[in-house]
Amino acid sequence: MQTDAISKITQAKVLTKGTTESVDISYAFTSDLMSDVLTIDVSKLVLITGLNNLQTIRTAEMAEIRCILFGRDKKPSMEMITLAEKEGMVLMVSEKSLFHLSGLLFQEGIKPVY
Amino acid sequence: MEFSYIIEGGDFSKAGSASSEVKKILKQLNLAPEKIKKIAVAMYEAEVNIVAHAYKGVMEGKIDAEKVFLRFRDEGPGIEDVDKAMQEGFSTASEEVRQMGFGAGMGLPNIRKNSDSLKVSSEVGKGTTVEITSYINN
Ligand SMILES: Nc1ncnc2c1ncn2[C@@H]1O[C@H](COP(=O)(O)OP(=O)(O)OP(=O)(O)O)[C@@H](O)[C@H]1O
Ligand SMILES: [Mg+2]
Repeated sequence: MQTDAISKITQAKVLTKGTTESVDISYAFTSDLMSDVLTIDVSKLVLITGLNNLQTIRTAEMAEIRCILFGRDKKPSMEMITLAEKEGMVLMVSEKSLFHLSGLLFQEGIKPVY
Repeated sequence: MEFSYIIEGGDFSKAGSASSEVKKILKQLNLAPEKIKKIAVAMYEAEVNIVAHAYKGVMEGKIDAEKVFLRFRDEGPGIEDVDKAMQEGFSTASEEVRQMGFGAGMGLPNIRKNSDSLKVSSEVGKGTTVEITSYINN
């Protein structure tokens, strides 16, 4: 599934510009624990999180995660958006809870990691 | 090639910037993407550990045809029981570190998982040295 479909399904607003190419996603992982996110081996992953600080972006950069979906309207800062754009990531934010976002994507066939 | 980067303890705004630079070098050297990801995760965990647990440190690296070798040396409180620190779930992380999304006691086990060799040596009251080796062709 492409990231534009993800934003449509979850009614999330895409915040990064310049990442013109949409990213292909097969898996999702929902966590605020970056130590845990760093143990994941799969690619084509969207990270669903409520943790909006610079380490969220750094973690995604190191773990080759190309898409982050922030729940509960946890808008990332300009600094985070700029870094994400530099790394070619897609950031989006939704008012829905992490549970709701996870459920919507699960229903549409996005696979869990475990 | 050799390189070294300073890592500031306690400064989460810069945590990961050294690893980010080294990751770019690994990409330029055309290492396999899976290999780069493993090394990136391992070095980022080690960098975050200095930021989270020590006062200041340095990452020194050496890359040759056979391997990527990274050494993280810090001045800090050191680790009393290294074997215990290597166990999953053991953490002395502060509340501030936990708020940044870390402090689950998963870093050192994850470095081991993502590298071919991990050596941790430490002197209480002085500091800690973490050495990570990843072989390029395996
Ligand atoms: N550079 C260091 N200086 C001092 N103590 C350290 C250092 N690195 C690790 N430790 C000690 O070892 C423990 C375990 O480290 P580890 O990286 O496995 O987990 P963590 O950093 O606490 O949490 P996580 O890595 O999951 O974010 C730490 O909580 C800390 O007590
Ligand atoms: Mg750690």
